[in-house]
Formats: sequence, C-alpha cells, structure tokens
Amino acid sequence: MMLSIKNIHANIEGKAILKGINLDIKAGEVHAIMGPNGSGKSTLAAVLAGREEYEVTEGTISFLDKNLLDLSIEDRARAGLFLAFQYPVEIPGVSTTNFIKAAVNEKRKYNGQEPLDALAFLKVMKEKMAMVEIDQSLLSRSINEGFSGGEKKRNEIFQMAMLEPKLAILDETDSGLDIDALRIVANGINQLRNEHRAILLITHYQRLLDYIQPDYVHVLYNGRIVKSGSKELALELEEKGYDFITDETDLTAKA
Amino acid sequence: MMNTAYFKDQFEGLADDSSADTIKELSKAAFESYNHSGLPSSKLEEWKYTNISSLFDKNYQFSKNNSEEELSYTSLKALNLPGQNEANVLYFIDGRFMPDLSKIRSSEKELVILPLEKAAAGPYQKIVKEHLGSSSKYLKDGLHALNTAFIQEAVFIYLPKGQQLEIPLYLHHVTHATKENILSQPRSLIYLAENSNLQLVETYTTLGSMDSFNNEVIEIVLEEHAFLAYYKLQNDGPNAAQVSSTHIHQIGKSYVQSLTISLNGGVIRNNLNLVLDAPGNETHLYGLSLLKGNSHVDHHTLVDNKQPNCFSNQLYKGIASDTATAIFSGRIIVQPDAQKTNAYQSSKNIILSDQATIDAKPQLEIFADDVKCSHGCTVGQLDEEAMFYLRARGIPLKSAESLLLQAFSSDVLTQIKLEPLRKHVEQLISAHLASS
Repeated sequence: MMLSIKNIHANIEGKAILKGINLDIKAGEVHAIMGPNGSGKSTLAAVLAGREEYEVTEGTISFLDKNLLDLSIEDRARAGLFLAFQYPVEIPGVSTTNFIKAAVNEKRKYNGQEPLDALAFLKVMKEKMAMVEIDQSLLSRSINEGFSGGEKKRNEIFQMAMLEPKLAILDETDSGLDIDALRIVANGINQLRNEHRAILLITHYQRLLDYIQPDYVHVLYNGRIVKSGSKELALELEEKGYDFITDETDLTAKA
Repeated sequence: MMNTAYFKDQFEGLADDSSADTIKELSKAAFESYNHSGLPSSKLEEWKYTNISSLFDKNYQFSKNNSEEELSYTSLKALNLPGQNEANVLYFIDGRFMPDLSKIRSSEKELVILPLEKAAAGPYQKIVKEHLGSSSKYLKDGLHALNTAFIQEAVFIYLPKGQQLEIPLYLHHVTHATKENILSQPRSLIYLAENSNLQLVETYTTLGSMDSFNNEVIEIVLEEHAFLAYYKLQNDGPNAAQVSSTHIHQIGKSYVQSLTISLNGGVIRNNLNLVLDAPGNETHLYGLSLLKGNSHVDHHTLVDNKQPNCFSNQLYKGIASDTATAIFSGRIIVQPDAQKTNAYQSSKNIILSDQATIDAKPQLEIFADDVKCSHGCTVGQLDEEAMFYLRARGIPLKSAESLLLQAFSSDVLTQIKLEPLRKHVEQLISAHLASS
C-alpha cells in the first residue's frame, strides 16, 4: 500500500473539519476526491502535506510504510509526496529555476544520490518543459511572480514532472483554468501517470475527469467519505448534483 | 568619565606647527563646541535609540604614533576584500591616513590624493576653506565636534574635471586594538569636479580583542554632472563600535548612489546627509542591515532639498534576529525654494525573534507646496505561505528561511554595481544566514 489513511480527524482553530477519513491508495492508481465546497477536500490535502495550522486529533496515516504524521513537511516531500497547490504562492526574488534545482537536489540527497550538475539539470528541465508546454522565460522569473492563473498551474505540474513524486496530490488543479489551459495541464498529468506513481485528484467539478480518467471516485461530505465508486460515480454526480448524495447522508445521519 | 580630561590633555598637546590655519581655527572652535555639548546622551531626540556616551564609560585612547611600524603593506593586503587588490586603496590606521602604506594605481592626472594639511596650504586651499567642516551645520553633536577638533593626518581626495575613474577607490580603516581600547577619528574631504566619476568603497577591520571606537567624518562635494557611487561595508567584530558620518553636498546637478551594508559589529551609528543644493540633483540611498547576536545598527539619513526639481529615493531594509536592534530614522526636508521635489523613502523590515528590536522613524518637513513626497515603513515576519510552499518541495526549514531573506535583500544587493564587491557581499550574507 502506498498511502493508508485510517480514521483521520483534523481540526483547525478548534473546529473539526475531518471527521474520520479512511482511504487506501496503491501505486499506479488514480483516485479522485470530489465534494461540495467546505466538505474538507483541501483540508485533507493540507493534512497530507503537513500544513502546521491543522491539528490531527485522531487516526493514522502511513505513506510507504512510514508514519507520515511523524515526518516534517520537507521530509514528506523528499520521501516522494507532492502537493500541487490550489493557489501557488508568489515568491518575489527567488528564481524559479534555482528553486526547482534546490528542490530536486534536496530530494536526491535524501535518496542518497549525487546532486545533478548544471548541465544534467538543464537537460532534464528541457525535456519536462516540453511535456507541460511551459516556456523558459517563465522559469527564469521569480517563483510565480506575475504568472497568470494557467501559468501558475502549469508551473505546479512542471515541478511535479521535475520531482517525480511517488504520490501526487493535485488540489483543485483545474480551478480557474480555461479549456485550453485545462487540456495542457491534464495532458501533462496523463504523461506523468504510470504504474509506480499514485495520483490523488481533488476537484469540485467533473470536467477534469473527462481528461484524466480516475480508477476510483470518492465523495467527501462533512469531513467523511460518504460514497466511493468507479469513474461512473463522477458522471452521476455531474448529472444529479451533490444533493442526491448529501441528502441521502443527512437522512442517514438523522435516522 | 575620565575621557573628558584625557581629550583636553590631548588637545592641548597637539603640535601647533604643522596644521594650516584653516584647520587650526576649525579645530579650536570644534573643541570649544565639544566642551560645551559633551558626548551625545540618549536624552537627545536624535540619539534616543543609541546610547553613545555610555560607551565612553570605558577609556578609549588615541593610538600612539607607532602602530604603523607593526603593520606592513603585506599584512594589510591580507585584509583586502575581493577586487581591492586591483583598486586604489587608502589605508587608515587607527584613524590616521597612511600615505606610505596606501596604493594608488591611477595617475595623478586622474586622481589627486593629498594629506589634508598639504591640500589646505597649497593649490586646493580654497576648496578646503569652503567645504571642510560644512557638515557641522547639520551635525551639531559633541562627537562630531570631537572629530573636527582632532583633524590630523586626514586625507584630501580630488577628482579633476572630466575624470571618469574606472577603478574604484577603497578607504580601508584598520584599527589596532591589541593592547588598549582605541578611539580612531578618520577624516576625509572628497571633491568631485565637473563631469567626474568616482566609485568609493569603505570597509573596516579591527585587529585585536580590545575595544575600538571609530568616530569617522567624511565630507564629499559634487560639482555639475559628477557621479558618485558610495558603498560602505560594515562587517567588523562585536568589539568595534562606530559612528560614521558622511555629509554629501551636491553643489551642481549631479548623481549620487549610496549603499550601506551592515552585517556585524558592536554599536553602529551611520549619519548620512545629502544636501541637494542645485536644481535637478538625483540621489539614491540604499541600506541593508542583516543583524544577529547583540548587534545594533542605527541609520540616520537626512535629505535636505534646497533647490527645485530634485529627485531622491531611499530604500532601507533591516533583518534582525536574536537580540539585535535595527533602526532607521529618515528625515526629508523640502525648503521653500525646492518646488517640484520628488522625495521618496521606504523602510522594510523583518523581525526574526521576540527579543530583536526594529525602530523606524520617518520625518517629512515640507515647506514648499508643489512636491511629491512619500514614506512608508513595514515590520513583518517571514511569509508563512511562502515558507510552506518551499518546504513542501523538500527545501529544509533553514534553507527556506535563508532563501526568503536573500530574496528580501536582493533589490538592495543588485544595486551594487561593482561585481567583485557584490559577489563578496552575497557570499557573506549566505554564510551569515547559514550560521544563524
């Protein structure tokens, strides 16, 4: 098992957001987590990546047989967990290329590999740039500074390509993208899909799943996974809206 | 305070023969002024963040005239910064200009360097008379007067008309505090004639483990179309206190860029005055204080707009960790005649510990009605979102902090146009951040 989430409860500022999540993900699988706004989707991503504002009050998460909750933010990343941000941060004064090079070499060091020299790094970069159709001129700028919404998301997928994670969590990567940008980003993600890598797609809308076919779809509502199924579940949601599930759940809860 | 009697003694013992009359008169008046006001106490508004007089509870000595015997050119060269070996270098030992140890690579036609006494008695008499001591109108404290009272073995630097000096000029201050606490009082008068160009670098080294106090005054005058880039690197030991006053008088339409990098030292106070005394003057002042331990750096700037259409911009950045203190007090005066003045000022700071202190104090005094002036101060912490983003890519906490602090410093550092100096400063900053 690559990722095993058992009964995770998490709070922010004392407010319970996740109320007992269970989820197992194997290498090679693509899981989609869908749900209405405020259901806890992004909180789950944040807890996995180690955001310190969230307090895990109950449950366990194992990632590649390690206790994920014991690892620092940076060690989770080096061990192969990658979070593509819903809102990538602008960092003026730090060059994107230097930042990615530092990140790649931190990961190599963690895995006992020699750092990439400038030439080798450039070669890998060129290859991955083509994959996500990102321009060199963007990468020589400060991190995300003045990037359009689409450029920021492409930069996230570019970083994913460079870091070759074992588990990629894509938090609302489709939000704010027009149809062309969505196609480019989805295309990049599909190229990164392979039998060694797991992908967790977090999305509100079904449209991303037209481009990236998940193996499993889960519906998150009120801090719990209330329904799981195959990719057809996403189509059903698209057709009937979240109400058909949320009503059902609220009814069950009352009963 | 035993120093008062000591100064009196020393002043009376000054050799009466060598100095030119101009200097003698100035010194005498300054010593009276010092006697009258004493050392600045922190009760004075201008000195409230920096308690200088308490430093004089211990006794500082002027060095005896023999320390140069112990310092050869070779041993000084070992203290040089990258790029300094190819530059013009003036050494000051314990505050005294050392012509024999200094190294002038430019020709006399390009750059005139003279002991101030000689300049005052010779062909530059008029300039010395007119400009030496002009900073006293702006800096009225006893410490400044004390420097003037003891003007001795000072330097006069003159860039003749049209000389675009390609290699920089370093003023390297070495204090020899091996046996006793040393008070050094370097004094320079620099004159840039019409259409000349000077890159000036100042750096400080204290040798030995006793305390040093560097009470420095530089006066710089720029004529029409002169250009000055002025870099000051403060990276001395924790035993090295300093009050460094630079008074720049732009008497013709000219351009000044000043950049002060303060990394290490004891108590440091920098007074930087710009007097914009011709229409169309342009001035850019930058500062970066990157402080840890118990360092204390107090920047006081003054931009006095006396004529119309002048432009000035100030950007001072401070980072304070541990128990360090970074102060920026910036004063802009716009005189009644200085219409169409553009004067901007910004102080941005990051505070990294609960025990560190940042003080920022902007002052605008505007007496003209058609001007654009602005000031702004910010004090904040490292951006948590940015920290998380970097760490979520595998960059360790310390490196992420250091990346963000380097980024914060970068718009000041990119203004260092001397490549070897900029690289050196960038390395110092990386090392500084890595070790804190």
